[in-house]
Amino acid sequence: MGRLQPTLKRWYPELLRHAFLIMLAAVMVMPFIWMVLTSFKPANEIFSNEINWLPGHWALIENYTRALTNTSLIRYMGNGLLVVVAILILQFLVSIPAAYALAKLSFPGRFAMFICVLACLMIPAQAVAIPWYLQLHYVGILDSYWALILPFTLSVFGIFLLRQFFIGIPDDLIDAARMDGMNEFRIIWSVVVPNSIPALISFGIFSVIAHWNDYFWPLIVLNDQDYYTPTLGVVDFRNAESGSDYGALMAAATIVVLPLLVAFLLAQRRFIEGISTAGMK
Amino acid sequence: MNFHRRISIARYRYGEQLWGIGLSAPAFILMILLMLGPIALTMLLSLTDWQLGMGNFSWIGLKNYESAVNDPIFWKSLFNTSVYVAVVMTGSIGLGLLLALMINQLSFGKGFYRTLFFLPVMASLVAMTIVWEFLLHPEFGLINQLLTALGGTPNNWLRDEDWALAALCVIGIWHQAGFNMVLFIAGLTAIPKFLYEAADIDGVPPGFSRFRHITWPLLGPVTLFIVVMTAIKAFQVFDTVQILTQGGPSYSSEVLLLTIYKEGFEYFRTGYAAALTVVFLTLVILVTVVKSLFLEKKVKYT
Repeated sequence: MGRLQPTLKRWYPELLRHAFLIMLAAVMVMPFIWMVLTSFKPANEIFSNEINWLPGHWALIENYTRALTNTSLIRYMGNGLLVVVAILILQFLVSIPAAYALAKLSFPGRFAMFICVLACLMIPAQAVAIPWYLQLHYVGILDSYWALILPFTLSVFGIFLLRQFFIGIPDDLIDAARMDGMNEFRIIWSVVVPNSIPALISFGIFSVIAHWNDYFWPLIVLNDQDYYTPTLGVVDFRNAESGSDYGALMAAATIVVLPLLVAFLLAQRRFIEGISTAGMK
Repeated sequence: MNFHRRISIARYRYGEQLWGIGLSAPAFILMILLMLGPIALTMLLSLTDWQLGMGNFSWIGLKNYESAVNDPIFWKSLFNTSVYVAVVMTGSIGLGLLLALMINQLSFGKGFYRTLFFLPVMASLVAMTIVWEFLLHPEFGLINQLLTALGGTPNNWLRDEDWALAALCVIGIWHQAGFNMVLFIAGLTAIPKFLYEAADIDGVPPGFSRFRHITWPLLGPVTLFIVVMTAIKAFQVFDTVQILTQGGPSYSSEVLLLTIYKEGFEYFRTGYAAALTVVFLTLVILVTVVKSLFLEKKVKYT
């Protein structure tokens, strides 16, 4: 008893904190739990006046089948993947060389270029949406994958982030590579890139999440359902079923949220770093 | 060897400039095409009466800005956006700080909570907005059902003029709090432990006074930074509003980006939408400039 009391006293605040945090966490995670639980329930349990936490009768297969067959959700997910990957590759191709030049080479216009990057960092995509739309309209590629991809080939944030990281690569390493007769492309590919994997991954995660979840831009440029991204697809499904089939709708939402959620749980530290780097913006 | 090295470096210097220009050229051209050019074009368009699809237009000076100033919907939209920014900022920063302080003091389970509270940040906001709509369903939504069970009065939150914007704020706070929590945890971890040991020796009691005299002042720069970040994000609120309320009922949840979207891409009043965009951009840049003035030298990014 004499020994138990100090232990209790020491653990008491800790337990209190855990109790408080668990309660808050339950509230924060509730939308996810409710989404998944609803996607398991048949309609009569969803449209019921009392709260049923767990499904009495499991309608999992029916709900998910309807979510996948009443919409082209699989196609939309494919579109989403294609767009996200294409954007990421193009962003790397444009921003890695530019960031390297800004960090390690001296050339006329470098300062002006960097000022431009800093200025563009302040411009949100929504502020240039009208001209982007006009450009795509006059080229005639609204309603296409290009419309979803081309405006995002440039990421000034990517250039800025990578430049900061590349500055930290020792000059000796690069000079040595030059002495070995490598040209600048080879140096980027075999010296700079292998030494910057963490920064590249952080930026990659940031970019993929931003464009997988984007809604504003696809909404503006797309009419044709063939090119719908997952976000447009799930909203379209919700408009179409207009409150009559929540089981399938929650199944569709689960399917859209799941890929990133699983990836997040597998590589949490990287994800949190990746998204927090956006804090530098 | 040394001699040869110097020669090859000198020869290299000629090439370096060419490489520098060549490697940054694609990014530079894209910056003109996708950022700087479009900003200039938006400003020019805001001085015209052009509507998309029309062949001709005329210069009308500041008329678009005048119509905005005389349009009660524009003011309503600006007002709602400011309310949203203020509420979401206070709520998500307060909650983020509270969570960070609690989690930071735990002796086990830090990672577990951090993961849970971070889930809303990275999940697709659009998909989760649809889940929220169901949670807020007037008859079968969990929130009203819980309220009824606890003896409260259910409400049609998203169709109620007094509640629509509030509901959107709640979703905004839910979405943003975990992000601020992570930044606060990073800030707390950076505070040197010896300061608290010194406080022990000086007899500063744990709890609020320690928070006030040590933690809070040292978190200052991080906090300012988070305030600006959250403000900019909240200014850009669009997805939830467009999906859940379309700015209604009777403009009670109309926000700036939604107004721009409707004018520009539903009514195709391009000139007017461009003027509103210029207002929007000015506000965002103002916040960013304030941030640079106050923060650039105080916050360590890495």
